Amino acid sequence: MTALLFTSIVLALSAVAGFLGSLTGLGGGVVIVPALALLLGVDVKYAIGASLVSVIATSSGAAAAYVREGFSNIRIGMLLEIATTLGAIAGAILAAHVTTHVIAIVFGLVLIQAAYQSLFKAEHETGALVPSDALASRLRLGGDYPVNGKRQSYGVRNVPTGFGIMFGAGTLSGLLGIGSGALKVIAMDRAMKIPFKVSTTTSNFMIGVTAAASAGVYLSRGYIDPRVAMPVMLGVLAGAFLGTKVLVRARVRTLRIVFGVVVLALAIEMIVNGSLGKI
Amino acid sequence: MDDRRLEIIIGNLLRAGVLLAAGVVFLGGLVYLARHSADRVNYQHFSAAGDTVQSISGVLRAATHFNSEGLIQLGLLLLIATPVARVALAVVGFALEKDRLYAVVSLIVLSILAFSLLHAI
Repeated sequence: MTALLFTSIVLALSAVAGFLGSLTGLGGGVVIVPALALLLGVDVKYAIGASLVSVIATSSGAAAAYVREGFSNIRIGMLLEIATTLGAIAGAILAAHVTTHVIAIVFGLVLIQAAYQSLFKAEHETGALVPSDALASRLRLGGDYPVNGKRQSYGVRNVPTGFGIMFGAGTLSGLLGIGSGALKVIAMDRAMKIPFKVSTTTSNFMIGVTAAASAGVYLSRGYIDPRVAMPVMLGVLAGAFLGTKVLVRARVRTLRIVFGVVVLALAIEMIVNGSLGKI
Repeated sequence: MDDRRLEIIIGNLLRAGVLLAAGVVFLGGLVYLARHSADRVNYQHFSAAGDTVQSISGVLRAATHFNSEGLIQLGLLLLIATPVARVALAVVGFALEKDRLYAVVSLIVLSILAFSLLHAI
């Protein structure tokens, strides 16, 4: 394949991934790695390097928009970033010591979760608001967010559990070159009882910082190849930007189903190829 | 300065950083395609590419020589720097708010990021 053809195909694939990722809220990263590895035969290490870069681009690019809405909580984000960045470094180091078959299989399992979320998750209702527990109060983690034009205050609980899950989310992010936003949301929303909207926006804010922590390790190991990362970064960014501009609310359900089926197919192929040692 | 104003400033700065990074990557991409569009490429087997793209100092050297891969990598380094800048600004912001606890928390995150990036100097 010539460089021009490779660049064009990757640019187009990444733009579609960024577009769908932004519309469905799952991020483009999860489909970039299997698309590069399965369709174009790109080594998983180059694929996760390029994907990690695109994760930083979408997280930082969307930050301004999320902040304006007034949902994200910078204290919660910063405190939990201690856990995600340490996990990310551990994951990036781990990526060098396991075979690509293992990376492919773990990736497949994460994709199954993403497919499930895309296919079956109904609109999320925020659970009952709770007052902060002792540790969260001492850390001043509670905050407020807009509900029907008024500021509604909320508390935070179970900080150590959330911190532990966040370390795991960081490790997966560093191992697979993804944002692992879904796991970050679970840590905040389920474990720490933070309102769903606050969890998702704070998670988006955290993803870029988490990814930057593994980026140094990736760069020095050579996983970030400019010829692969260039079309991925530009494509995902363009696609994600388009996704925020185009309002296709009515079709989001259909899109989620299509996306979920595609992700599930990629998951199965990653696991099968990983098990057979083909990746 | 409250949390929210601080966050809005940081958010706008991040977006500017991403646009700048994308511009440099795009420029590097154009130079790369102008020179190498007919090259045969194959990424099936990972092999470390060498200092030009694997270390910050190597990237800077290559980019100043208008090496296409060096330019792309410089753009990617700018991109990686955006979240780092975000954390650094949070340290300053919390310090200005006289919020000692979160200034220290942000400083810890910044140190972890610095540790990772020191790998790549």
